[in-house]
Amino acid sequence: MTATGKLARFETIKPGEELPQRAFKPDNVQSMLYNAVLWNGHRIHFDEPYARDVEGYPGLVIAGPLLGDWLNQCVEEWLGEDGRLVSIEYSNRIATYIGETLYSGGTVTACRPEGGELDIEVFIKNEAGEVVTPGKALVRFHKA
Amino acid sequence: MSALLSEQLLANVGRSNPPRRELVTRRDIRKYAVATGNRQRKYLDGDQAPPMFHVPLFWDIVELDQLTPDGVSIDTLLPKFPLEKAMAGGLEIEYHRDIFPGDWLTATRTLTAIYEKQGRSGPLIFYEVIMNVVDDDGQLVIREKTTRILR
Repeated sequence: MTATGKLARFETIKPGEELPQRAFKPDNVQSMLYNAVLWNGHRIHFDEPYARDVEGYPGLVIAGPLLGDWLNQCVEEWLGEDGRLVSIEYSNRIATYIGETLYSGGTVTACRPEGGELDIEVFIKNEAGEVVTPGKALVRFHKA
Repeated sequence: MSALLSEQLLANVGRSNPPRRELVTRRDIRKYAVATGNRQRKYLDGDQAPPMFHVPLFWDIVELDQLTPDGVSIDTLLPKFPLEKAMAGGLEIEYHRDIFPGDWLTATRTLTAIYEKQGRSGPLIFYEVIMNVVDDDGQLVIREKTTRILR
């Protein structure tokens, strides 16, 4: 997209615009690969008898930062090459488990034309519709 | 004066871990992009590091005998707190510039705050750790603030 195109897109965005939702259903393999990449040996992510019997979880716990990563992806995929993700914040409020389907999404909450900036509220929801990981992102569109 | 937080405990605020310098490689970027289900080609091919790549890059690598029985590495930056059950925490990340394979990055973690609040079912301890990631020119690349809650 041309520089003018980027600006033209920014001008069409209004508070309330929703980012596309995406479904995630991580399995044991993805969870293992993710924790291996981190060098995270916490048993609650891969040792199901331990997670259930010792820690009292209903299943294998999905690592919190993986949900945080999906919030970053949600914003970046929507933004494309038109701007950059400046900052993001989130918190893991409700535990999630392998086998669950989770959904990422977001809504534009503020537009600041002077800086080409948008505030976006982002979320990961579970199948019950509960927000398990709420967050906020700031993006800045490239100048023309 | 806080009921739970002694002067001695609060004296840990301001402590930093020694800086850690790490090399960003295409292979590590690709592994992270695949494992997180990323769909952008530039990340899957390792041409650029996706946001949050600093998480695997600076996760502590400790030897097997230093892991607790539940497989967790002990964070040497933290003092022993009078409450130990960890609750949900939060993360705030500022991205100051993009990261590419070949970059050498240095992270320094500092314990920046310890405070107490009254929760619904008893006292809670909050602590904050800031990690600054800089490049070899000393330019800030990422600033991350973690807030954790103990009950």
